[in-house]
Amino acid sequence: MKTKLSKELAGPVKINRGGVRLNHQKINTLPEKVAILSPNKVRIPLQMHLGAECKPTVKVREQVKVGQLIADSEELISSPIHASISGIVKSIQIADENNSGSGTTIIEIESDGKMTPYENLTVPQINSKEDFLREVRKSGLVGLGGAGFPTSVKLTIDDVKVDTLIANGAECEPYIAVDDYKMRFYQEDILDAMLATMKWIGISHGIIAIEDNKMEAANLLLEKINHEPQKYADINIVIMNSVYPKGAEKLVIYNATGRTVPRGKLPKDIGCIVMNTTSLAELGKYLRTGMPLVDKLVTVDGSAVSNPQNVNVPIGSLISDLLTFVGLKDRPDLVMMGGPMMGIALSSLENPVVKQNNAIIAMLKNEFQLTNESACIRCAKCVDVCPMRLQPTNLVRAIKKNQIDKAKDDGLLNCIGCGSCDYICPAKIPLAQYLLLGKSKLGNNSSI
Amino acid sequence: MSAKSSEQNHLIIASAPHLHCHRTTTSVMGNVLIALMPIIVAVAFIYGCRVLLSIAVASVTALLAEYLIQKAMKRKQTIQDLSCIVTAVILVLNLPLDFPFWQLIIGTIFAIVVVKAAFGGLGQNFANPAVTTRIILVSAFASSFAKNTEPLARALRLSNSMLDSGTGIALDSSSGATVLVFIKSGFDPNELRTLRDLLLGIQRTTAIGETCAIAILIGGLYLLFKKIIKWHIPITYIGTVAVLSFLYGGFDMQFMLYHLLSGGLLFGAFFMATDYATSPLTNKGKIVFGIGLGILTSVIRFWSNLPEGVSFSILTMNVLTPHIDRFTKEKPFGTELKEQG
Repeated sequence: MKTKLSKELAGPVKINRGGVRLNHQKINTLPEKVAILSPNKVRIPLQMHLGAECKPTVKVREQVKVGQLIADSEELISSPIHASISGIVKSIQIADENNSGSGTTIIEIESDGKMTPYENLTVPQINSKEDFLREVRKSGLVGLGGAGFPTSVKLTIDDVKVDTLIANGAECEPYIAVDDYKMRFYQEDILDAMLATMKWIGISHGIIAIEDNKMEAANLLLEKINHEPQKYADINIVIMNSVYPKGAEKLVIYNATGRTVPRGKLPKDIGCIVMNTTSLAELGKYLRTGMPLVDKLVTVDGSAVSNPQNVNVPIGSLISDLLTFVGLKDRPDLVMMGGPMMGIALSSLENPVVKQNNAIIAMLKNEFQLTNESACIRCAKCVDVCPMRLQPTNLVRAIKKNQIDKAKDDGLLNCIGCGSCDYICPAKIPLAQYLLLGKSKLGNNSSI
Repeated sequence: MSAKSSEQNHLIIASAPHLHCHRTTTSVMGNVLIALMPIIVAVAFIYGCRVLLSIAVASVTALLAEYLIQKAMKRKQTIQDLSCIVTAVILVLNLPLDFPFWQLIIGTIFAIVVVKAAFGGLGQNFANPAVTTRIILVSAFASSFAKNTEPLARALRLSNSMLDSGTGIALDSSSGATVLVFIKSGFDPNELRTLRDLLLGIQRTTAIGETCAIAILIGGLYLLFKKIIKWHIPITYIGTVAVLSFLYGGFDMQFMLYHLLSGGLLFGAFFMATDYATSPLTNKGKIVFGIGLGILTSVIRFWSNLPEGVSFSILTMNVLTPHIDRFTKEKPFGTELKEQG
């Protein structure tokens, strides 16, 4: 099966079963409405990405400027970190409060209020694949869709042949409207980053995959492509129907190309690289200006937020500062990093915004329900919605009985943790939590 | 969802997803009760209000039985989920109109305690409580079922002489669809009530829930519309019976329609075969289940001594459900490498 590609927008691809239809509640921000947060201090954790923690390259009381390198690592899987505001390094110490686990070193910078850019930044000059990968690493870019995997590592693909670069603009979680914004107002950055990646990595095709609730973005991108048909000849747009979790990497690949990522394999093994559209927009901006990833567009929304909006936030800004900046109706009862389906609930609002943060959702009690688990009635709704074609109710039954091997045989490791089963369950069984528990037990007990 | 408040901010820590749909077990059961309403109203209209009394008796018995057995077994109280009321109402609709209350109470207790609670409670029972109890009651109190054949004859407006002459009609037959008894005995269907009467429910049946085809269809469509049930079981079940009776009847449309509209087929297909706990999980499994039901019901109707086979078919397929589930399980996405391009 191959999705038909053309220079016109075709009807939405609906080739995967399962998933849930959610109330998207997305805001539609215009460029002039994007507020910029100017915090008086930032706390930058040295491990925001997946991989090795960075070591500080600055000292306490040192003056730093926006875009200046403040931490880096020799390890392969890592990503350098840059100062997001100008000011003075106040402290470098281990703290136990960030979303990547405890014990991470945090660099605290006190703002001088000037946001002076670092003077040694230059527009990258790229003449080879090695140059390109080095520059991608220098940009500090990680997967901004939420995974936080260092982009330069993802693009290092010497062992396999990749023929398709997929720009993931599905953004299937409710509320989050960051990719949408970038696609509506930064098409050139996205397209140029795609072209550069395709050129230097040696990828022949580019596909932008967008859910059909973002047709404005799709049409604007198409307009840009058709404006310079020669330049963008190898880039196509695929529209998908908006059913959560369409944005999951494996489902985007399946919808855009008809290819299936086998369990335990990576997209590159079947010839695909998937990059989030915001990551591409940031890459495009870096290639254009040389300014590394120092700030992040974040959707701040939820029933506790009085004025939901996209805010440009220096990395390391405190979530409390961000929420105060946008205004709260009332004290929130649940605040999460990321969307409401997969976001991580925060125990403290003193946590910093990290690179891969795309939303802060603050909810009041009436928006989410804390319900008690009751007996499974075997309604099979979880089976119907599972995009991986698993039987969550049976997996969870095995996990509860500690029959982890049985759950593994039934495909526990195929679970992508999207939470669709949990969302739909009328008995309010925390299926996602049990599945996570089962996977963590497998991680401890046996090799995957 | 487990939750605790962190001390400093009173923030709730819960695992994702943080949004849930509004459907609950209680709302599912409530919707089934709403779907049963047209049938109850039709039955009350046709037969009088005794059905309401029976439902009240059975519901109170079911609630008490469920409450006490859960207390005795030290399980969490779940009577508020309305599932025992659904069982009670479906059971009443599976019995004759003037079924004695003491027998009804025994049956209800049997359904809740033996068929449901003894196998682990809601969602764990392997057989449909109403179907199983009906079969037990038919065996235990055959006379309570046989009584109903007399008003049936009246409803069919067959002459007394015909009944007196003893044409070999099995009027004391112990189960089910009485129009089917006549078809089976070689009567010309034209002498029976018209199809319109079957649709509207003027026919008399042993089980009162089977009376009015239109009411059953309204309830069934409501369940489909509300996505409480899926089309797979009712459509494949009814479809299989339609095809087989069309073939068996020698391509006689009327014969087929009699088979579809009379007896417990419609009620069984929409309200009992679709029981979550006792039917397969996947769509493929549901289709296998429905076809199996259709074949069993047709075989019983055409060739066995029983005039009706819906409850026996459902019970048989209930027992087979775990096996159907096993061989209709889907391969997880990503298990096999598909061809590129």
